[in-house]
Amino acid sequence: MDITVEGITKKYGHQKAVDGISFHVKTGEVLGFLGPNGAGKTTTMKIITCMMAPNKGGVRVGDHSIADEPMEVKSQIGYLPENNPLYLDMPVIDYLAYTAALQGVAKHRIKSRIGEMIRTCGLTAEKHKRIGELSKGYRQRVGLAQAIIHDPRVLILDEPTSGLDPNQIMEIRRLIKELGKEKTVILSTHILPEVEATCDRILIINKGKIVADGTPETLRKQATGRELLRIRIEDGDRDRVFSTLQELESVALVDPMPGMQNYFEVQSHPEHSSRRAIFEACVRHHWVLTEMTPMETKLEDLFRDLTVK
Amino acid sequence: MNKIWIIAKKELGSFFDSLTAYIMLVAFLGFSGFFTWLYGADIFLRNQADLQVFFNIAYWTLFFFIPAITMRMLAEENKTGTMELLLTKPITEWQVVFGKFTACLLLILIALLLTLPYYLTVWKLGPVDHGATLTGYLGLLLMSATYISIGLFTSSVTSNQIVAFLMALLIGLFFHIIFDVLAHNFTGGMGTFFAYLGVSSHYESISRGVIDSKDLVYFFSVIFLALVSSEIVLSKRNLAD
Repeated sequence: MDITVEGITKKYGHQKAVDGISFHVKTGEVLGFLGPNGAGKTTTMKIITCMMAPNKGGVRVGDHSIADEPMEVKSQIGYLPENNPLYLDMPVIDYLAYTAALQGVAKHRIKSRIGEMIRTCGLTAEKHKRIGELSKGYRQRVGLAQAIIHDPRVLILDEPTSGLDPNQIMEIRRLIKELGKEKTVILSTHILPEVEATCDRILIINKGKIVADGTPETLRKQATGRELLRIRIEDGDRDRVFSTLQELESVALVDPMPGMQNYFEVQSHPEHSSRRAIFEACVRHHWVLTEMTPMETKLEDLFRDLTVK
Repeated sequence: MNKIWIIAKKELGSFFDSLTAYIMLVAFLGFSGFFTWLYGADIFLRNQADLQVFFNIAYWTLFFFIPAITMRMLAEENKTGTMELLLTKPITEWQVVFGKFTACLLLILIALLLTLPYYLTVWKLGPVDHGATLTGYLGLLLMSATYISIGLFTSSVTSNQIVAFLMALLIGLFFHIIFDVLAHNFTGGMGTFFAYLGVSSHYESISRGVIDSKDLVYFFSVIFLALVSSEIVLSKRNLAD
């Protein structure tokens, strides 16, 4: 089921939390929503799930518009809100039965669906406990179980792995990937490795606007327009090495790496490579070049470039 | 209809899970039992086999107990954020509000059913006017429904249960006595108007056995108004303004 977001704007007072965002998600796509805190990720998700109405623009989930057919939209969506609110005094099983009934799962199927959810989300040992007694990781699983209990075609997950330990994060990611094969998934996070690990496509938003959109590969390529090298030069005077490197024609920026002797970070001008020039400079000055490592620009850098302004 | 019942069932279940229901039932039966049978102008001094004493007591005990039941209903969901879960499910705001209303009303109904032994005892003691007793219960139920809907409204506007409780008592107080006091202080049209706004005149005429459509219209319009107001509060989030 496709999701089409068309120019939505949401204002809180005079501040625009979301400012004319448009995008399209196809069935079977896992879209990672990335952005610093307060960028408008949660607001966008609340609009798609009919929790909030946008001031301008609209959203279509499949053939249904959130403004005209909210019931149809809601029944297609499984939603895990930020902070994972739950009824802490309810036992896990009762809670899942309650959500299943509210989602309109047929009465005779509720029991088997609950069993399935408990198995998929690894809640077997916890199923009779009250949710309030569960640890954060298990609560997160309950939150996920309630989101997928009616087998929705669209999943909206707001920071699904926040507060989990590394093992649990791996598990939840695996589960999301699995679900993403046949469902449309939008997940938000500010943890970068997470998007790289789970998403087919990344959307970076900042101050309510989309600043980047593409697969992790294309975004990384976009960021690695310039070569970045880590080099180690021995037997030379630090300042001389620095100035010599800086004078090379293809080099844009030399940065002595803090705390590491003889190490430098060299950034070339776009479309240029300085490897040969560095080598030749070392030969000329009888320095010993003991290391030269090309460094990949990470998504972190792109993220920082795009969102710190 | 189905969704309303699902919500009502869950809420009723959590009343009994969290002891709220038991405390409320014990306190209600304790208070009204004590004042009906043991203390003051009790039932034996009336020389008449009826439950009028009980109805007068319950008129006040319910007034205080109902806000304590309703204060949680929406305020807690607002506070913990579960309201977001609820409202992103394929249900309407009206179903949420009416489901919770039904749960509260059922709890009061259970409380009133537990006073059935009072009725049976009085029946043993002398000739009871069955019709008047029945309408007495009906009056209590209508009054309860009115305060439940007011309590739900105050619970919907805040995420603080104490605020919801106090606001419900305050608004309730107007209907319970203040309008009557005002009615005594005004004459003519204003006086009649305030007397009509107060719950007591309507309650008394019903519990005396007179079921007038005027009184029914009064109760149902207050209930409807308060419930619709809560629904509007819940759907306000979703307005594009």
